[in-house]
Amino acid sequence: MNWEEIKNKAKEKWEKLESSVSIRIGTPTCGRAAGALETLEIFKERLKKEGLEVELIEVGCMGLCFAEPLVVINKPESGFPPICYKNVGFEEAHALMDRFLLGEDPCFEIALGTIDFSFTGAPIVSELERFQKEVRLVLKNCGWIDPEDINHYIARGGYESLRKVLLEKDPVEVIAQIGQANLRGRGGAGFLASRKWAQARRQKEGPKYLICNADEGDPGAFMDRVVLESDPHSVIEGMIIAGYAIGAHKGFIYTRMEYPLVLKRVEKALDQARSYGLLGENIFNSGFSFDIEIVRGAGAFVCGESTAMIYSIEGKRGMPRVRPPRSAEKGLWGKPTVVNNVKTLALVTRIMEMGVEEFLKIGTPTTSGTAVFALAGKIEQIGLCEVPMGTTLREIVFEVGGGIRGRKEFKAVQIGGPAGGCVGEEALDLPVDFDRFKEAGAIMGSGGMIILDESNCMVETARFFLDFLSKEDCGKCTFGRLGIKQLLLILEDITKGNGKEEDLALLEELSKDLMEGCLCNLGKTAPNPILTTLRYFRDEYLAHIREKRCPALVCKELIAYWIDPEKCEKGCDHCVLTCPTEAIKTDERTRKKTIIQEKCVKCGTCLEVCPPQYSAVVKVSPKEKILELESGKAQ
Amino acid sequence: MREELESVKEILKGFQPERRFLIKILQEIQEKLGYLPEEAMREVAQFLHIPPSEVYGVATFYNQFRFVPVGKFHFLVCMGTACHSMGGQLVLEGFERELGIKVGEVTPDRKFSLERVGCVGCCMQAPVVVVNGKIFPRMKPSKVEEVLAKIKEIDELGRD
Repeated sequence: MNWEEIKNKAKEKWEKLESSVSIRIGTPTCGRAAGALETLEIFKERLKKEGLEVELIEVGCMGLCFAEPLVVINKPESGFPPICYKNVGFEEAHALMDRFLLGEDPCFEIALGTIDFSFTGAPIVSELERFQKEVRLVLKNCGWIDPEDINHYIARGGYESLRKVLLEKDPVEVIAQIGQANLRGRGGAGFLASRKWAQARRQKEGPKYLICNADEGDPGAFMDRVVLESDPHSVIEGMIIAGYAIGAHKGFIYTRMEYPLVLKRVEKALDQARSYGLLGENIFNSGFSFDIEIVRGAGAFVCGESTAMIYSIEGKRGMPRVRPPRSAEKGLWGKPTVVNNVKTLALVTRIMEMGVEEFLKIGTPTTSGTAVFALAGKIEQIGLCEVPMGTTLREIVFEVGGGIRGRKEFKAVQIGGPAGGCVGEEALDLPVDFDRFKEAGAIMGSGGMIILDESNCMVETARFFLDFLSKEDCGKCTFGRLGIKQLLLILEDITKGNGKEEDLALLEELSKDLMEGCLCNLGKTAPNPILTTLRYFRDEYLAHIREKRCPALVCKELIAYWIDPEKCEKGCDHCVLTCPTEAIKTDERTRKKTIIQEKCVKCGTCLEVCPPQYSAVVKVSPKEKILELESGKAQ
Repeated sequence: MREELESVKEILKGFQPERRFLIKILQEIQEKLGYLPEEAMREVAQFLHIPPSEVYGVATFYNQFRFVPVGKFHFLVCMGTACHSMGGQLVLEGFERELGIKVGEVTPDRKFSLERVGCVGCCMQAPVVVVNGKIFPRMKPSKVEEVLAKIKEIDELGRD
């Protein structure tokens, strides 16, 4: 088949899908955790039973994780536009079958909204508050196309820009365009993509390599996973363009072993691209050849660092090395190598598609384009969002993410992964931008954003990250190996109530040493969680140290559980029955419950199971407060 | 052990003796055997013409590899940021208590093993626990027993 034929076939397939009755179900990893596969089975069974001709396709993630399992039904003859349904479980799936697919009622009560064109009587998804702020470039196709069918991608204009690049543009021109677009690497550091490419291009010695960094190790970040699970061809196309620009014929996608679905879908996408001649020898008869291999990481956070990743692909321990030389000069097997993040490569495809000028209209003067964030934690609408650079954190948290879950108070946003930082209320008006984030003491990182509320302890949060980093540290440089460990030990002391006031100065001093002395960015940025929490939440540290009190009631050694006898209901035994350590005793006479503090492991089960109408279990800090409460009640 | 070595040799047949395949080889062996026995690592070293210490060095560097077999049911408690901020630590402690083992250990009857894992990437369901690939969403300390009961039920059904 030639390209025209391939395109026509793809378009035909897509148009047929658009004009027939179809059900799209999002089945990315997160959707599966919410039960999307079970929902899929229900539809499969019912469609078979009813003998209905319906296109049932699995799509990726729209980013609306809070609404998973997400289903979009298009029934053209009904006169309704495609309708997107949220949280479709057992009952909802059957209702949609009975009432909409077999009947005429579009079940608007479980709809999130309609898609594409306006229709009165239901909200339109694109007009929901969050989409007012969003601009979707990287996520353009996510959740709308079948990631396992290359025809869908091609029908929506895919691989057309690659063709133009290969047939009409000189590699130097491609690099120049990416430079004009001011595309900064979306892996976190914000290094200009064109500069890396140009440096690799200049190297005389070959072969050259391109690596797509999909080793998304930041806990709480899942943007790259979603992109690869939902729209792998955008990244593949970007890789071929990048390969052409730097003069590489071989690319690698380095991804995490924790992402089995990514492996499966990317493998399939590569096979399909090969079968259409979009990968391999002489692509589009341009004389340019390029192929891609997947490399599966083995669970090492540090391998997200480019020099460590290169060693890992070589089959060695993934330990970063001193730079220079940069990877673009001496990388994989000593050859010039460019390492780009998943989203950077997807954006390369978009820039070629939309043109530099259009791309530059989005974002800020210093950082053009969009940023993809994964919102998680104590936020109403957990999921992915893509906003233009320059959007403020406040807009992201409160407008896109819908604010804090459960009427609690906002406390902090944790950005940029373990090596990022926690910024508080006063930094909320900060626009998303590589340089502005640096000023606030945080780093952009690759896009994980965890929202913390009043029930999160900031000292404990800093301890958590340092614990993570000390476990993931490669052990090569002394500052990394011992410095991180020492920082962790000091934080542990504070969370246990053994902190001293001079510890804070020590933390700051040691942090500075690490920032100067560590070999790689993992170590250099490791103090960020400490420095930012000290900057924005110093009083919490002081409460732990001076009063042995954890204001958020989290640090186990500083809190105690207590049952208010006034509120405790004598007929209720919930806490006694669920306590894992039998630490709750019942007074024989009054049937009221008390906690035997020596036995209590502070798991919080009693607090969780105490019926809301009683709410008799409370957490207190410092622990001694119990004595006060008890004597108060006794009087 | 002999059987295990046979399957290692079978796996090695699928590879060129190139250093860059070391991690992939180890991954395949672990997928097959559930862990990396010392003999298997020696075999790989010989195959790639590198010292066994090199193989061991790489294997111990990466979190994925383990040197004792896991239990029939392998519990991975997610300790990503989202899960942690939603109380993952309490869930982990709950499993430690109920299973009577610490993180990284296996019960004496080899039925259950417990490990912590970075982030499984479904933060909206936090905190999560993954048992043999199945995700249990929105965990709470009080749900630990329930999950265990479910797993034990699966175990018994499997035997019938």
